[in-house]
Amino acid sequence: MTSFAFMNKNYLLRVQHLSKSFPGVKALDDIHLDIEAGKVHAVMGENGAGKSTLMKILIGMMAPDSGSIFFKGENTSFRSVHDAIKAGFSMIHQELLPFPDLTVAENIYMGRYPVIFPGWVNRRKLNADAQQLINRLGLSVKANRKMKTLRIAEMQMVEIAKAISNNAALMIMDEPTSAISQKEVDTLFAIIKNLTASGVAVIYISHKMDEVLQIADTVTVLRDGKCIVTRAASELNKDSLISMIVGRPIDIIFDKKHFERGEILLSVRDLSGNGFREVSFDVYAGEILGVAGLMGAGRTEIMRALFGLDEIRSGTIYFKGNPVKIKSPDVAMALGIGFISEDRKETGLVLTSTVKKNITLGALNLCSHNYIIDKKKEAIIADEQILRFKIKTTGRNQVINFLSGGNQQKVVLAKVLLRDPQVIIFDEPTRGIDIGAKAEIYRMMTELAAIGKAIIMISSELPEVLGMSDRILVVRNGKITGEMKGEEATQEKIMHFAMV
Amino acid sequence: MIAGKLKQGSNIISRYGIFIAFIVLCILLSVATPHFLTGQNLLIILRQVSVNGILAIGVTFVIIAGGIDLSLGSVVALTGVVAAGYAHPNTYPLIVPLLIGLFTGVGVGLINGLVITLGKVAPFIVTLGMMTMARGLALVWSDGRPVSNLSPAFNFIGGGDWLYIPVPILLFVLVVVVSYILLNNTTIGRYIYAVGGNEQAAKASGIRVNAVKLFAYIICGGLAALAGIVLASRITTGQPNAGIAYELDAIAAVVIGGTSLMGGRGTVTGTVVGVLIIGIINNGLDLLNVSSYYQQIIKGVIIIGAVLLDRRNAR
Repeated sequence: MTSFAFMNKNYLLRVQHLSKSFPGVKALDDIHLDIEAGKVHAVMGENGAGKSTLMKILIGMMAPDSGSIFFKGENTSFRSVHDAIKAGFSMIHQELLPFPDLTVAENIYMGRYPVIFPGWVNRRKLNADAQQLINRLGLSVKANRKMKTLRIAEMQMVEIAKAISNNAALMIMDEPTSAISQKEVDTLFAIIKNLTASGVAVIYISHKMDEVLQIADTVTVLRDGKCIVTRAASELNKDSLISMIVGRPIDIIFDKKHFERGEILLSVRDLSGNGFREVSFDVYAGEILGVAGLMGAGRTEIMRALFGLDEIRSGTIYFKGNPVKIKSPDVAMALGIGFISEDRKETGLVLTSTVKKNITLGALNLCSHNYIIDKKKEAIIADEQILRFKIKTTGRNQVINFLSGGNQQKVVLAKVLLRDPQVIIFDEPTRGIDIGAKAEIYRMMTELAAIGKAIIMISSELPEVLGMSDRILVVRNGKITGEMKGEEATQEKIMHFAMV
Repeated sequence: MIAGKLKQGSNIISRYGIFIAFIVLCILLSVATPHFLTGQNLLIILRQVSVNGILAIGVTFVIIAGGIDLSLGSVVALTGVVAAGYAHPNTYPLIVPLLIGLFTGVGVGLINGLVITLGKVAPFIVTLGMMTMARGLALVWSDGRPVSNLSPAFNFIGGGDWLYIPVPILLFVLVVVVSYILLNNTTIGRYIYAVGGNEQAAKASGIRVNAVKLFAYIICGGLAALAGIVLASRITTGQPNAGIAYELDAIAAVVIGGTSLMGGRGTVTGTVVGVLIIGIINNGLDLLNVSSYYQQIIKGVIIIGAVLLDRRNAR
């Protein structure tokens, strides 16, 4: 051991020989990680590489099978999240866990309310402190607003405020930018710089190369539960990172091909509803229609209404030229519209159920006769989809909760595409999933367009919109403010329509 | 979580825990008293549990769909007195009281379901209201008096034997088999699990959520009616005060059987075992001359213990 060499350095956190297995998978295999105070240490890897498991162990949500964790030089193993927070850990989860009916201030200081005397909350101080913190983050919400009235991006910023308010020595950020806009990302990075300047260590988990290279001092890449490399960010570039993450070079992520545009499949005229008004557009067979805009611009709301999930107040939808009334998703699906939601846990999957049952849920007619399910046929269909979408699972009967995010997303895709829809709406299809899975989803979209499907892709990631779209719509404040051809579009043009 | 490690080791125990508990209970009781493990006593147990069993199977549907039904006991009374009213000797053929009774229960289930789905009122509240309403209706309909003097054909349902087996047991078995198939092998069964597991996702998968919930409440109401008819027939009277708190035993059986009150998870076989456990506890403690006061305490401990066992399984 060359441990003496390390002794000189001021490591805040040292992870050694850490391993963890789940039934059928070795999630972490002899992991080493050294975190310095005052530095940003990025951890990258594909979905299922072991990042989440590692973080869950660090924060005390899970116990390792073997290995040791030294925090401030002491051997620690947190028995609970509470212990970890007390010791100076803090974590921003990728999936938000707010208390929707409490105020922003109450959420930020949950468990640490200032009191006048024990048991009596000092509401004035609570709100004042929270407001000060919010303002410092450049967020324009009132501290006494109910959490549920906030947009997802705002909730994410509140989550960050909560972590900062802990005065933590080590902050773990799991995909903190997956739901926020570029402007808010800049604010976040400024905050991170402030934090590290005051000696806080940040573990930054992200799939976004640009961000990692911009903010991180050190990068560790995990693949299949093993540490592949730990290196200074300055020695890395996008290509080298990608090839380390996937274990092979990816030449082209956006393998975009243009196909002959077919007939108009879907026409929307003067559609108004909750969050959008007088929206009109057409979608053609064989094209990918990108829908860009800021968070909360109303893009998702338009598509939810189109799919029958939300109410339509006025306007008309034409499917293949015929006016249709879409009152509920089953009507939309019967017409041939598929919807892949941005929130797989809320509207995508039944988490208590298995991979198989989720895949076939929307298309039981394919494997049933007179309402009786043909279980053999169902198993065959499920296995075919698992194979076709390369879903990593221990089997079709695995409970979906145990799958990684990217694999869960693939199950949603497998489910929706099993119905063979003509028009497919992808809402943020690659949010929070790794580069390998992203490339697969892009390839799938291209294939679908090639066989004459119409694809609507809502995305907040401009490279994705520019790389994949034949045509781009820009939405702002519930209205379509711009339309352009894919090859004519630039980031600046889109942002112009999205913000001005 | 340390529980993660525990989970793997005790997977078998938690998966089949309730079955193991059931068998252990049977062994203990057969050692404790020679009267327990006799063919005659087992038939007595089965006949005793059949009413609660039919109710428990009905409410299993509702609970898996993410709801609850507190009106069961009152529906038992209501359908009992209504059916009995058409079952006097030399009036109507047997089919008439049966159909009227069943339709009454189905009607109650339909109303529960409609208010819950279209009115968007919490199932707990709706069925709590229905609990007193149905009880009141039973009292109004019967003028507060037992409806007796019933035809032999009607009394056969609760008191007769067919091929040496009491008819209520046969009905219970039939209900179990049909429900098992409904929940495991049909599309509507699959939809019930999906709606209870994640209503939003079920809706986005094209499932007509309201129709599915309505179906569950109708099945539950219909089975409560069947239980009401069996009970009225067995005691040869339609009793407006029958079935008080029956819903609690039924829900207890469902919970002991591992069905989650959060919805989306549960089985018919689990409920059957839950029903049997409650049955043999009642029977065994009777045989052992344990006072009925203590019986209640023991039953409560077992309900909570079963759920504790199940918690470990859930995550």
